[in-house]
Amino acid sequence: MSASDVSVGAFLGASLKRQLLLAYRRPVDTINPLLFFLLVVTLFPLGIGPDPSQLAEFAPGILWIVALLASLMAAEGMFRQDYEDGSLEQLLLSPQPLYLASLTYTAAHWLVTGLPLTLLSPLFATMLQLPVAALPVLMMSMLLGTAILSLVGSIGAALTVSLKRGGMLISLIIVPLYIPVLIFAAGAVRFAAGGFDPQPQLLLLAGMLSLAVALAPFAISAGLRISVDAG
Amino acid sequence: MWTWFHKLGSPPWMYRISGRILAILLPLTIAMLVVGAVWGLLYAPMDFKQGNSFRIIYFHVPASVVALAGYYVMAIAGAVSLIWRMKMAEVAMKCAAPVGAALTFLSLLSGAIWGKPTWGTYWVWDARITSMLILFFLYLGVIALYQAYENKEAAGKACAVLSLVGMVNIPIIYKSVDWWYSLHQPATIKFTEESTMHSSMFQPLLLMILAFYCLFTCALLLNMRSELLRRGASTSWVRALAGAR
Repeated sequence: MSASDVSVGAFLGASLKRQLLLAYRRPVDTINPLLFFLLVVTLFPLGIGPDPSQLAEFAPGILWIVALLASLMAAEGMFRQDYEDGSLEQLLLSPQPLYLASLTYTAAHWLVTGLPLTLLSPLFATMLQLPVAALPVLMMSMLLGTAILSLVGSIGAALTVSLKRGGMLISLIIVPLYIPVLIFAAGAVRFAAGGFDPQPQLLLLAGMLSLAVALAPFAISAGLRISVDAG
Repeated sequence: MWTWFHKLGSPPWMYRISGRILAILLPLTIAMLVVGAVWGLLYAPMDFKQGNSFRIIYFHVPASVVALAGYYVMAIAGAVSLIWRMKMAEVAMKCAAPVGAALTFLSLLSGAIWGKPTWGTYWVWDARITSMLILFFLYLGVIALYQAYENKEAAGKACAVLSLVGMVNIPIIYKSVDWWYSLHQPATIKFTEESTMHSSMFQPLLLMILAFYCLFTCALLLNMRSELLRRGASTSWVRALAGAR
């Protein structure tokens, strides 16, 4: 069967399934960001004191900064394996649209890092004494925010995958682009904890997510092409 | 009609033309900087609230304005290099990054020095200062990415993509930082000078802004010329140039 016989839908399904299967076989990559999250959340009370009211005040910021760092850590290795074993090159040679293929990479990455983080965030938030009333808003902000982080992180990962020491570089490239997410998402949780309406921030996050879904794949596919050509 | 565009891609032509432009622009820039600085530092009236310390505005504001404009110059050059595969645009993009980063640093530094006598502290997490700091990181990201690639052709393309991503993000970052700040804003700190500035203070500022734009252009052209020589080190036109000296 030639590649052109495969419909785009089947290709996307197969691509996503492959990514998830690879992630399933390497559970460490999924568990590490969560462990990192737990470790850093443990460090904060030790560093700033166990006073519940003080912790509750800082909790929105702490949770979101740690989520940002965990996502940064996970983004680095996103294309690494496929770059090294040549699958990425095969993908570029295939007639399937790279725009959609890069979306499946991002979607798989979010399913194994962003989604578990979202689901476990109430646990971490409770450890940091965040008011229970703010938990639904925290989860909503994590749901929207980590998806944006995955998309933006993929751009950095695609641009640096061919470099030997991409670790520090990817932080320098991506962290400035993460700042709006941090501001709006932590702001939403802070509003919810303080008894205000967090809807504006959540809507802004949703708007940013729509923009990122539409535009980021262009940058990701351009980055992948450059990296494969350079290697 | 398009010959000028094609000539723009030719390193020897660009080298010659930029030399001629610089011969006029460089003395003009120095003259404007000297006149603007003397006018602003000595002859412009003293601010009745801030005294003489406000005079650092004549370096701070031009540096900030041109630092931001420089990012757009870099990103647009990057876009041109990606779309039309124009080497000269890639050279311009690569050379604009350090100039812009230096101006951003100058803006942050002069702001901190100005902040001490005015606000009593070197650093405030004010929206504009924070945005400039983020702009500085964006510049550093582009420079670091270029340095990291050994394959310089790929480096140029990667930096072009990154600077375009940054350009899309700059308005979002600025707005979000603005919004973040407006929540915490202490009502005491306000940038009122710009809107309410008297023309005797404003005219030298305008001259200095113009001078800084010219300074950016000069630095960019000088940087590009040395980059062209470096890239063309083994070509006949550079050898002829070196032989003529």
